[in-house]
Amino acid sequence: MLISAFNQTNLALRAAQGRKQKMQKGKLLLVSIAAMLVATPAFAQTSVKIGVLNDRSGTYSDLAGEGSVVAARMAVEDFKAAEKGIDVTIVSADHQNKPDVASNLARQWYDAEGVDVIADVPTSSTALAVNDITREKNKIFLVSGAAASDLTGKACSPNTVHWTYDTWALAHGTGQAMVETGGDSWFFLTADYAFGHALERDTSEVVEASGGKVLGAVRHPFPGQDFSSFLLQAQASGAKVIGLANAGADTTNAIKQASEFGITQGGQSLAGLLIFLTDVHALGLQTAQGLVLTEAFYWDLNDETRAWSKRFAEAHNGNMPTMVQAGVYSSVLHYLKAVEAAGSKDSAAVMAKMKEMPSEDALFGQGQVRQDGRHVHDMYLFQVKSPDESKGAWDYYKVVATIPAERAFRPLDQGGCPLVK
Amino acid sequence: MFELLGIPPQALFGQLLLGLINGSFYALLSLGLAVIFGLLNIINFTHGAQYMMGAFVAWMLLDYLGIGYWWALVLVPVIVGLTGIVLERLMISRLYHLDHLYGLLLTFGLALIIQGLFRNQYGISGEAYSIPSQLVGVQNLGFMFLPNYRLWVIVASVVVCLGTWFVIEKTRLGAYLRAATENPTLVGAFGINVPRLVTLTYGFGVGLAALAGVLAAPIYSVNPNMGADLIIVVFAVVVIGGMGSILGAVLTGFGLGLIEGLTKVFYPEGSAVVIFVIMAIVLLVKPAGLFGRTA
Repeated sequence: MLISAFNQTNLALRAAQGRKQKMQKGKLLLVSIAAMLVATPAFAQTSVKIGVLNDRSGTYSDLAGEGSVVAARMAVEDFKAAEKGIDVTIVSADHQNKPDVASNLARQWYDAEGVDVIADVPTSSTALAVNDITREKNKIFLVSGAAASDLTGKACSPNTVHWTYDTWALAHGTGQAMVETGGDSWFFLTADYAFGHALERDTSEVVEASGGKVLGAVRHPFPGQDFSSFLLQAQASGAKVIGLANAGADTTNAIKQASEFGITQGGQSLAGLLIFLTDVHALGLQTAQGLVLTEAFYWDLNDETRAWSKRFAEAHNGNMPTMVQAGVYSSVLHYLKAVEAAGSKDSAAVMAKMKEMPSEDALFGQGQVRQDGRHVHDMYLFQVKSPDESKGAWDYYKVVATIPAERAFRPLDQGGCPLVK
Repeated sequence: MFELLGIPPQALFGQLLLGLINGSFYALLSLGLAVIFGLLNIINFTHGAQYMMGAFVAWMLLDYLGIGYWWALVLVPVIVGLTGIVLERLMISRLYHLDHLYGLLLTFGLALIIQGLFRNQYGISGEAYSIPSQLVGVQNLGFMFLPNYRLWVIVASVVVCLGTWFVIEKTRLGAYLRAATENPTLVGAFGINVPRLVTLTYGFGVGLAALAGVLAAPIYSVNPNMGADLIIVVFAVVVIGGMGSILGAVLTGFGLGLIEGLTKVFYPEGSAVVIFVIMAIVLLVKPAGLFGRTA
């Protein structure tokens, strides 16, 4: 009885196994048919994930923030990624201007969420941290927001492209212009972190090379609120120019408080070494008029920039784009073109294509990514209009000079970048 | 003249005066916090957001209604104080019987919400608010040029701080309030409406924060984050001064403003940290704070 029961169970099991095997074979057949039907054309479907990492809630959130994400989306649309068989996803996060937060986010994105390229990253200390991690993970880093020229100097990396501007370009733009108009003694008000130090260093070099003198510097905590004490020290130094080596809300606060202490009335000039369109918007033309600044992009430069900026403003609460946001558009567009040309998203191949192909778009015109990762393009010296000269909202700048690409950025051999032979 | 560590005395006096001005903001804000904590036992983390609301409402009054600075000084504390009263009635009063920490969590959450709402609406770069025409200009004090507006800030905050201290320590209303915190049941038995007293006191504390906001609007950038950075420092001031002591909060506010001002001259990079270093030392040596009374 037991044996027959055992036999019966055995037979049943064998039959089930047989059915199971038949089912498995059937499934296999079904899946292969499905795969053949879904098979894509000659260009295999590449999917690319772009992470826009910047300050979304603090000092730098207006000049980058959500606007950078809007710009990245516009780049994907204009590139017509869908038609070319490239599937692009955009994610974004807030690094709160803290290098540790930025590092954690970058690692998580690269390791766990399959992000291939990180874009934007204002705040030089966070950019330097993400620069290292990108090199370690062999991904790609498109810097638009950060300024420190070390990103293409001693910290240069084969995985990083520094797109929009840097402290060297600012120093040689605004710094040079101020010295040439008589500002030969300087005192710096510096944000006490990587960016401020880099900007102070680069501008001091310009001032001294042009025969001027740096009388001193005071480093304020970043971010700061009350600059009255530091401005008083600057006033006491007697320097002809007070260089503001800071950005965002720090700069606007310092300018507001400087006018309160009668600094410009006393004969000293303020040099805003890094000023964005959003800062002028916040200060108002009454306070900001006459400021000289260097930027890489302005919405009102020509018909193409105007058309693009109008589209941007419609998607971003009526706010015009800053050069950082324009840089995100431009760098993401160039990256996608490189992916298409390389036929894959392998970092080395794509970086090689990005450096080989000249870049061309409505915002920056023609440009080139150099060996050290520096993207060179024309820079512009602007001056803020007076309230009478302005015809409406966002009409803030007049062009004083165009600095051609060959002269705007630090020469390739002077940066100390190990990639340059 | 002698030089102190390389700084000429004139520069030093100028910096001390600026430190005193900063100290007056600390004093005004910590006064509000000390009143609310000392008398109501609520750790009001929304204080920074209410300071920011004060500055924003002043800007809104000017921008939307054309109402100027001097009227704003009176109207804004009342408006923001009323919103504080609404918050207290609806939410904070339900937590009195619980541990302090619940009040802290609630007010902290409220602060984040309020800041987020303003940031969503107005962005981070800030709004322009100019100094009223009567206060424009500088006084030449010899060792520095002091803007008239900053002089006004010191005067206004000293007057308000002394006035508040006087009301709480020397008048009958203040006596009721102090009694109500010690023994609310007994005071209630005397026919005094204790919950209403508590609500009005919270509203007053919030009004003080809003007043500080209006005073700050012309000189600091009116942006949604303006309270967040300041409130941490103000809490440190209140802890150093002693959580229950009102005079302690005011004196410590001015004192720490001076110390911060000195640090900005001799070691500017450390000026954001020095107050916390002092707080750590005070907590180690005298945990109840410099003027605090251990319960």
